[in-house]
Amino acid sequence: TKDLDRTPKFEQTPDKVYVDLAGYRSVLAKLYAGFAVTGQQGPAGAGDIGGIDEGFSDYLRQYWSAQELSTDEAIIAWPDAGVRDWHNMNWTSSNPFIRGLYYRIYYEIAICNEFIRESADDKLSTRLSGGDVASARRFRAEARFLRAVSYMHALDLFGGGPFVTESDPVGSFRPPYASRQQLFDYVESELLALSTDADFADARTNEYARVDKAAAWAMLSRLYLNAQVYTGTARYNDAATYAKRVIDAGYSLATPAATAVSSSYGRLFMADNNVAPLTNEIVWPIAFDVNNTQSFGGTTFLVNGSTGSQAGWQARVGMSTGWQGIRTTRNLFQLFPDTAADRRGRFWTQGQTLEIDDQGVFTQGFGVTKYRNVNSAGIAQGGAQNQSSIDFPMIRLAEVMLNYSEAVARGGTGDRALALSYINQIRRRGFGLPIGTPSSAADVATLSADFILDERARELHWEGFRRTDLIRYGRFVEGTYLWPWKGGTRNGRGVESFRVLYPIPASDLAVNPNLRQNTGY
Amino acid sequence: QTGSISGRLLDDKNQPLPGVTVLVEGTQLGTSTNSEGSFLIQNVPAGAQTVVASFVGYTSKRLPVTVTAGQTVTIANTVLAENTTLLSEAVVVGYGVQRRQDVTGSISTVQSKDFVQGQVTNPEQLVQGKIAGVNVTTGGGAPGAGTTVRIRGNSSLNASNDPLFVIDGVPVDKGGISGASNPLTLINPNDIESVTVLKDASATAIYGSRASAGVILITTKRGVQGENLTVNLNSQTSVSRRANKYEVLGADEFRERIRANGNAGQIATLGAANTDWQGEIFRSAATFDNNVSLNGNVKNVPFRISYGNLNQQGIVITNKLQRHTGSISLTPVLLDGNLRIDVNAKGSRVDNRFIDNGQIGAAVLFDPTQPVRSPEAQFNPFGGYFQFLQANGNPRGLAPGNPVAALNNTNNVSVVDRFIGNVQLDYKLPFVPGLRANINLATDLSRGEGSTTINPQDFGNFNADPVTNPNRDPNLSGRYTQFQQDKDMRLLETYVAYAKDFSGTKFDILAGYSYQDFQDQGPNFLPLRFDRTTQVNPTERLTVPGFYSQLTLLSYFARTTLNVKDRYLLTATLRNDNTSRFAEETRSGYFPAVGLGWRLKGENFLANNATISELKLRAGWGQTGQQDVGGLYDFLPRYVIGNSAAQYQFGQNFITTARPSGYNRELQWETTTTLNAGLDWGILDNRISGTLDVYDRRTTDLLANVNVPAGANLTNQLNANIGSLRNRGIELGINAAPIQSEAFNWDVNFNVAYNTNEITDLGPQDANFQGFNVGGIPGGTGSNIQIQSVGFPINSFFVLQQVYNADGRPVEGLYVDRDGNGIINERDYYRYKQPNALTNLGFTSNMAYRDFSLSFVLRASLGNYVFNATAANLANYANATGSTGFLTNLPTDVRNTGFRTQQIFSDYYMENGSFLRGENITLGYNVGKVFREGSNLRLTAAVQNAFLVTKYSGLDPEIFGGIDNNFYPRARTFTFGINASF
Repeated sequence: TKDLDRTPKFEQTPDKVYVDLAGYRSVLAKLYAGFAVTGQQGPAGAGDIGGIDEGFSDYLRQYWSAQELSTDEAIIAWPDAGVRDWHNMNWTSSNPFIRGLYYRIYYEIAICNEFIRESADDKLSTRLSGGDVASARRFRAEARFLRAVSYMHALDLFGGGPFVTESDPVGSFRPPYASRQQLFDYVESELLALSTDADFADARTNEYARVDKAAAWAMLSRLYLNAQVYTGTARYNDAATYAKRVIDAGYSLATPAATAVSSSYGRLFMADNNVAPLTNEIVWPIAFDVNNTQSFGGTTFLVNGSTGSQAGWQARVGMSTGWQGIRTTRNLFQLFPDTAADRRGRFWTQGQTLEIDDQGVFTQGFGVTKYRNVNSAGIAQGGAQNQSSIDFPMIRLAEVMLNYSEAVARGGTGDRALALSYINQIRRRGFGLPIGTPSSAADVATLSADFILDERARELHWEGFRRTDLIRYGRFVEGTYLWPWKGGTRNGRGVESFRVLYPIPASDLAVNPNLRQNTGY
Repeated sequence: QTGSISGRLLDDKNQPLPGVTVLVEGTQLGTSTNSEGSFLIQNVPAGAQTVVASFVGYTSKRLPVTVTAGQTVTIANTVLAENTTLLSEAVVVGYGVQRRQDVTGSISTVQSKDFVQGQVTNPEQLVQGKIAGVNVTTGGGAPGAGTTVRIRGNSSLNASNDPLFVIDGVPVDKGGISGASNPLTLINPNDIESVTVLKDASATAIYGSRASAGVILITTKRGVQGENLTVNLNSQTSVSRRANKYEVLGADEFRERIRANGNAGQIATLGAANTDWQGEIFRSAATFDNNVSLNGNVKNVPFRISYGNLNQQGIVITNKLQRHTGSISLTPVLLDGNLRIDVNAKGSRVDNRFIDNGQIGAAVLFDPTQPVRSPEAQFNPFGGYFQFLQANGNPRGLAPGNPVAALNNTNNVSVVDRFIGNVQLDYKLPFVPGLRANINLATDLSRGEGSTTINPQDFGNFNADPVTNPNRDPNLSGRYTQFQQDKDMRLLETYVAYAKDFSGTKFDILAGYSYQDFQDQGPNFLPLRFDRTTQVNPTERLTVPGFYSQLTLLSYFARTTLNVKDRYLLTATLRNDNTSRFAEETRSGYFPAVGLGWRLKGENFLANNATISELKLRAGWGQTGQQDVGGLYDFLPRYVIGNSAAQYQFGQNFITTARPSGYNRELQWETTTTLNAGLDWGILDNRISGTLDVYDRRTTDLLANVNVPAGANLTNQLNANIGSLRNRGIELGINAAPIQSEAFNWDVNFNVAYNTNEITDLGPQDANFQGFNVGGIPGGTGSNIQIQSVGFPINSFFVLQQVYNADGRPVEGLYVDRDGNGIINERDYYRYKQPNALTNLGFTSNMAYRDFSLSFVLRASLGNYVFNATAANLANYANATGSTGFLTNLPTDVRNTGFRTQQIFSDYYMENGSFLRGENITLGYNVGKVFREGSNLRLTAAVQNAFLVTKYSGLDPEIFGGIDNNFYPRARTFTFGINASF
């Protein structure tokens, strides 16, 4: 009888959500928030995915861990089962953090698919009218972009993986496996389509924290820069081409210092980096807010997780707590011979040792104070809840410039002098010098790919690039480049070459026989 | 030379007992009583003889008599006492009552006189240790603490394992209500007449989709037709105190060890006090429990009215519970006995003041060298309580708060009201003999509300934030939170039953319909500061104003029983359930069962056997379901609105998010198929009787929270009907009366149950997939100590195998490399033991010597393992010295391990939790009549939790789930009781 058809009152069935543009916007907001928060109650509660502690399940937290904790840039003290596997490079297909990252990526893909499905043209035309239809089509293009980013993460971290699009149903079917080449082709085709899609916002025309064509170009430059690794075929010309498009779109490295509080570089990673002049540079941020966008991942994790118990340290980063977990190794510290000149190297050394005898002791290894939950006026933003307001730059101009320089240095078509000048502009900003004025202290004279790897570490450390960069340079698993506790030994060692890819989690292999485990696992 | 013996047998209400077997011992002479309860045995040899009167359901009596030739000796009227532990009482079953001897399922009943005595606050504790296969585990010693009842182990993984509770024919919601840790606390145990447990499917299947975890039928006391007005007063006064304490270092040893192991800053932190923090938070607690009831008749309408008042303190300071209960029952029989009316109304109000169990943990670890209070000025903002402060006077981050202060500064109170009422009409239709119709209308309403007020002096809620509290206004510190929940249940049940007796063959059939609706709703509140106006998080707002859910169940059921010559018994049931919890395609389910009985005692070859007084074989098969899993709308695509702290910024605006949530359209109940075989027996006039059951329960379509293929759904784990599990066990219950005499009587009850459990399927498997981690423990974040894996029991512990040195001490950080690959990682974890006991035993002894009685209840549990999470988390030097500015105490286990850092996954902390508990010892004295005939006064003295024998090193190994952390200790309680009726 009818009495058995009960429906919820405070959760909404789809027919009540997609009734107007506001409904579409609230779901789009979730697609973006999928990178920032872990569930529907900040900082934790009503989690999106299961099988992992909700705080651990944050997209950015685990993506960052996979890219940084596995390298010379970061090491973690906590004893949680499996967390030290990142740095020890002995992870298995049962590692809970790799599993959490994998499911978070596919969760993002699934909700994007759902949104795209509900935004099909026929549905939009019946549910919305007038300008709202165009707005919703723009939303849909953004959802395609976010999905492409997640697939790009999957192809970078796991090689191949399950492949689902908006044409698949929601249920418990077994998605087919797409190889790394297939995922590459798909991501490329999506980003290429978006880069000219009339629905997608033109560069620098969308509102803050939403993406536009420049973001698609930037992701294409990143994809092509790594094409050799992903597909065996170098695409440096394309990498340079799309990087140049971003650079020419009007972004700028002009992020003037906040005197007495921060250098011009440091301001990029502070609590008010969501406003000008920082928005000159940041192409796509993951937005966090101490009150409105809370999680135990994201930049809250980056700040608290890397802060010690000393009050001075906590005050410096704008919190009143320190989770005492993450530090760096000497390799990163030694890339900054003079931290007084190069303001990009910001380390907490008081009470810390440079050398690490025991990974589990937080006071071994220097702290990194790059991310500071303080605004440009120097006021701490952590509040009573010690949450971060720092937006995390997913794409910023300096990276795209470095992509261009490296692509050209590696033989891609482009202007070598321009490529060199990009590096020097970045360095001058890092040294706190005028960007347009040549500087003997900051400038380098020649363009060299090897130098760019180090420069990327200086400029982009702790921003989630290091693993991919080391793999591209053949220094991730190899014995030729070592760092403390690489492979679980004090002085470091080379590890099996198959570790350039993470394993597909055993939990998904169990339920989806279509999948193929990566060699070696 | 023979004579005759005559006499009359009565029950304890002085009503005649027909059908009583009366035999002259050592002869073949005998008869049975007529409808007046009278008997006459002729041709009895003269001399001293003994007459034995026995009747199922009653204690046999031996009557010495001297027969004189040619005369009839008349024995004085003799009362046979009811013996409900025997085999022929009336047994409450679903939708009716059966004679015990006709029952084909596995059913156990405990009557009020056999309940656990002493201060019992929750109804389910009345039968603790009394029934084989029924495990009642209290959640700790707090008044009204939640209990977990498991009948024959766990039949489900992620769906509920709680039995269905049916109170006076009304299936009630066992689910919690805000403000009461245990919703059954709202039922006064003093109002309960009997508790019947339906264990196997042939008994439970009549309750269909809610019956897989067993059914507990609670019958409350009623007035009796024709009874004189009786007033019963029952008053108990108790004192409770903790039985033992967590062993931690004393202040002096702590100072010594910190000086030896800590750095200069830590040594400087040491204080000069000697504080026993556990001593500070525990107390001797008083409980007063007063009950009055009236039984009688008003114009042939039997009634019972009761009022109860309970005032119970917890053994942790500030913790208390106050309960008022009232009940009325009216049971008139009208229309020449053709219409039976049963009206019940039970109302209760419970006022709780809860504590945060975390403060028990805080008292374990708080630095013993610091004082409770200090006159230093820096502590003034904290009410003079010592706290760990920073130089600027603000609380030191991550430091624990003073537990005495935290308890006194927190006022966490609730008021919960519950009303359960029903009207049941049973009408014998006059035109068809044997046909009757029954209708039952019921409602169960719960209203819970409460608040937590935390004083501004509280350490953990001190607001020193320069932005939200620049002037250090105390009103902007502290915290005030509220909650409210309303639950409404409505029930309509009706059935028709037909009974027919064809020359020795009895046939019954019953068919019915049931409609039950549950609504659960309430508003959401935002946390406020102490001023009750300012929000804790100023920008927070309610994106969802409240919560609401509704569940509707619609069912049809039928049962037929056949009894051929009291020898061959058959019961068959079928229920069709429909639930709003599942999609239309899957919401209907059928639950059949059949039970067979062969009462061998009724066969010629046993009928006259003097030794074997009862023998019955039972066998049953049936299917039941479990539908209580996850949320009520998990099969529907739906969007969950985020709260204001989970918004996302677009431009200058924060947008509330809507999340498409994972759903499973195919969700269905799981099905448990039970095979049960039993033997009911009694020997020597049932002086020794017992029940033996063996069972095999297989749950298929097991509702498990499993991985969905990545990308295929809107989340990665969903409840799905994917697996299977199996429970097998054997249960034995024995009642015996070793001594029966005029002055001295001794009854014992012994029960033992053995159950094993194994997960047999969790869907597709991969060789490297270990299982689903569960069982959160402190230490680290998101750490789990248990796992669900195929081939192992539910919640198996999943640990690293500790390596020990030559002295037998654990070597810190050294574990067995079980996969031999040279490194220790998650592949080296292994499954070791399980938290559920394999064997449970209960033993009850009742001795009566003239007006004195002594009874005790023992319970034992074997094979249950406990993870000592308190020691694993705290007993290491890093715990004491790992932070700057404060120290935390160490459990004495650190003396054994010397661990410098936490080793939380070590199997060193796995301990055998087998125990023997002296549940209750009660001494009673019956003063007898006080004012007039028919009155009675009885005095009792009881001790509960009298002793505990265990090898477990923590406080108490009886912890549901097997993870010992922040456990509220069970008190040892001394109760003096007085019971008067007149």
